[in-house]
Amino acid sequence: MTNSPSIGQAFTALSDATRREVFELVAERPRAVGELAAQVPVSRPAVSQHLRVLKEAGLVEDEAVGARRIYKLHPEGIAELRSYLDGFWSRSLRAFKAVAEAGDKEDR
Amino acid sequence: MNTDTMTAVRTETLVKVPIERAFKVFTEEMESWWDPDHHLGDAPLAEMVVERHVGGRIFDRHTDGSECQWSRVLAYEPPTLFVFSWDINTRWELETDLQKTSEVAVTFVAEGPDRTRVVLEHRCLDRHGEGWEGMRDAVGQGWAGLEGYTAAVEGRDRDSAAS
Repeated sequence: MTNSPSIGQAFTALSDATRREVFELVAERPRAVGELAAQVPVSRPAVSQHLRVLKEAGLVEDEAVGARRIYKLHPEGIAELRSYLDGFWSRSLRAFKAVAEAGDKEDR
Repeated sequence: MNTDTMTAVRTETLVKVPIERAFKVFTEEMESWWDPDHHLGDAPLAEMVVERHVGGRIFDRHTDGSECQWSRVLAYEPPTLFVFSWDINTRWELETDLQKTSEVAVTFVAEGPDRTRVVLEHRCLDRHGEGWEGMRDAVGQGWAGLEGYTAAVEGRDRDSAAS
């Protein structure tokens, strides 16, 4: 188990309704801060603050594209959250799928 | 919700490989995908061996050379069906009373030449006896576990309302 951003941090980050809305918009597709601010009823600095919390919780990541900063989901953080919710067999089957599909490509 | 769904945990995945490969990775390369945190024995897991016939043993081989048999093959029908026993108790130790073991049925269905649906059902969990719900939560947890929890809480509610 890695102890980088904790599951607790992820759930705390998502416990705020506005922050959850920001998260859901980012989950839909990668977006810039300005675009997000236009969609939620809070100021742009507030949106930036929410994004910072989501990023620290390992749920989103950002990338500079030209002059803009684009936010998108952080796959590892989401995977950790999922595996927490899934339980042993779902987790094992997901690992099984990854191994089966990866090996199959190598064989070809 | 009926009793069957309560005493079983079910999960499935769609794998983009031929059915033969899906079956082979599941039965012959178990250690490549099994969660290494969930195994018996103190030494790290080196290999999981499945004797490929009904009645065959499934055992872990550890890095120190020790072995631990924790399952029996109940059905082996490549590439469509694999059923094995779960001879592990609710404290995650070996269960020697075979009446108190559950079973895991894995079905492979070809949905195309390179697509296989794998459906896993861990069933008869109530055979583990007292505290069997703990085993269900350990293997299913998550949403399945929460469903069970909700049902248990609602059942308790009804009980106390009746008394």
